[in-house]
Amino acid sequence: MARSPLTGTRIRERRNALGLKQAELARASGISAAYLNLIEHNRRRVSDALIERIAGAMGVDPVTLGEGAEGALFAGLREAVASLELAETGGGNGAGGTSQAAPDLDRIEEFVGRFPAWAALLVNRQARLAELERVVETYAERMAQDPFLLTSLHEVLSAVTSLRSTAAILVETEDIEPEWRARFLNTIQEESLRLSGTAEALVGYLDEMETAETGLSSPQEQLEAWLEARGWHFPELEGGGTEPAELIAGAPELASSAARELARGHLQRQAEDARALPLDPVLAALAELGPDPGALAVRFAVPLAQVLRRLAALPEGAPGLGQPGLVVCDGSGTLTFRRAAPGFLLPRFAAACPLWPLYEALARPMQPIRALVDMAGRLPQRFLTYAVSEPRPTGFDGPVLMRATMLILPAPAQSADAPARPIGASCRICPRGECPGRREPSIVADASAGRA
Amino acid sequence: MAQRQVLLIEDEPHIAEAIRFILTRAGWTVSVLEDGARAMARIIGDPPDAIILDLMLPGRSGLEILADMRADAALRDLPVLMLSARGQGRDRDAATRAGATAFLAKPFANGDVLDQLEAITGGGAARREPA
Repeated sequence: MARSPLTGTRIRERRNALGLKQAELARASGISAAYLNLIEHNRRRVSDALIERIAGAMGVDPVTLGEGAEGALFAGLREAVASLELAETGGGNGAGGTSQAAPDLDRIEEFVGRFPAWAALLVNRQARLAELERVVETYAERMAQDPFLLTSLHEVLSAVTSLRSTAAILVETEDIEPEWRARFLNTIQEESLRLSGTAEALVGYLDEMETAETGLSSPQEQLEAWLEARGWHFPELEGGGTEPAELIAGAPELASSAARELARGHLQRQAEDARALPLDPVLAALAELGPDPGALAVRFAVPLAQVLRRLAALPEGAPGLGQPGLVVCDGSGTLTFRRAAPGFLLPRFAAACPLWPLYEALARPMQPIRALVDMAGRLPQRFLTYAVSEPRPTGFDGPVLMRATMLILPAPAQSADAPARPIGASCRICPRGECPGRREPSIVADASAGRA
Repeated sequence: MAQRQVLLIEDEPHIAEAIRFILTRAGWTVSVLEDGARAMARIIGDPPDAIILDLMLPGRSGLEILADMRADAALRDLPVLMLSARGQGRDRDAATRAGATAFLAKPFANGDVLDQLEAITGGGAARREPA
């Protein structure tokens, strides 16, 4: 069962509702009252066994204490606060001069716990706001840089300028010679035609802009949403009979041409990976060798990065993989592919945490890196990551382009006490105060500071 | 008194024609050049009393021509009226920085061109013979 940070809050609420004292429930569950207090304030992780004991002591179904997908709500709410602060400090001309008091981050849990629907609505609105901000940015950029728009506007202004001057001459010059009058009338005719032609082209262009790109999400987000809906796995690509183009044609979610282009590249690579690592042999090898990308790469004699990609594109339920995550970045560190593992937060737009093994791999080309990591959060969650960076084939004279790939797996049970690298999602929403990799201050208080 | 000379550097033929008509009627001798690349040679070879210069020109931009003129001791004080289709902000600032004597945004009223031209040439006779 997924352990949500809210479990403690749920226990406390349920206990209060039943009118039980902390000491009574602790005694009935076989733990100390102090320990239960820590649990109820979400400062201790609770094992499944203990949850069952506590639930039993209260006579409730353990599921009601443990379940929940609030992780995304937490991240969404923190993002909302981050963007609020950003608008106040950076924006300058944000709406309303009076600075609004930032919500109390310490009470996010309480908020989510007591008003889950309101929290979800807020997160939803925040996501929509971010989308719209993106659209505005895109349009503003387009207006400032789009060569077609600039040329068209220049045409319009030129035509209007000569129309205005010429018309004024005709109206204001009473003694104008007939030849000149004829000439200027001709000018008006020509410039009117030019103006209507340009206007028509402009309208057509703007129409196309609206329909071609519904503008609500970036191409990468459209692709991710589609892959997520398809479970990140395409049985059609396993046999090799289906062309990526056919799959894309049947996917209205890929609204923009850019998203379809991204999808084409992704599916092509996925088909290649499926050819190099056929499904049944891979599943058999997984069962035999365990989820060890290194051993699989040796077994199938394929590049490590290919194994990492393949493991994140297998049908659900492959042994030892849980719900794997995968991130790929280029030499600039920009994430070019993102499959989120539950609990491993991926930033939406902001740059990611520089401590990710993904970036270490980028700095140490060809060297496989295996690292246990603790993703920062109210309760750190542990993952086992495999990362490697390899050059993309560009020939001898081409630019050297690196691509780093990182597979994110749930940490094996026996690694609970092993040392792990503390990482985060992105500086703005990361609670690790004393981090050498910090780029900018966080909006989240350091969870370890001031709470003995 | 010799007629005052103005050189109009503008690549839009209809705009150039309209301006030429207005200024000619007001007593100016107007010559028109459509291409930025040949502008400097023409200005040096036969300096007019004033120049009306479009900012966006084929060959050479109006700003570059203006900068060259201001770097030339003989042309440093020649009055220049700059025209641009982007009237606000950047173009106006850039023109001012490059040393334009006056600036006019397109589209303009015919009277404005004449008024500006008269204003930057001292409102009357060709009296620019600086030391």
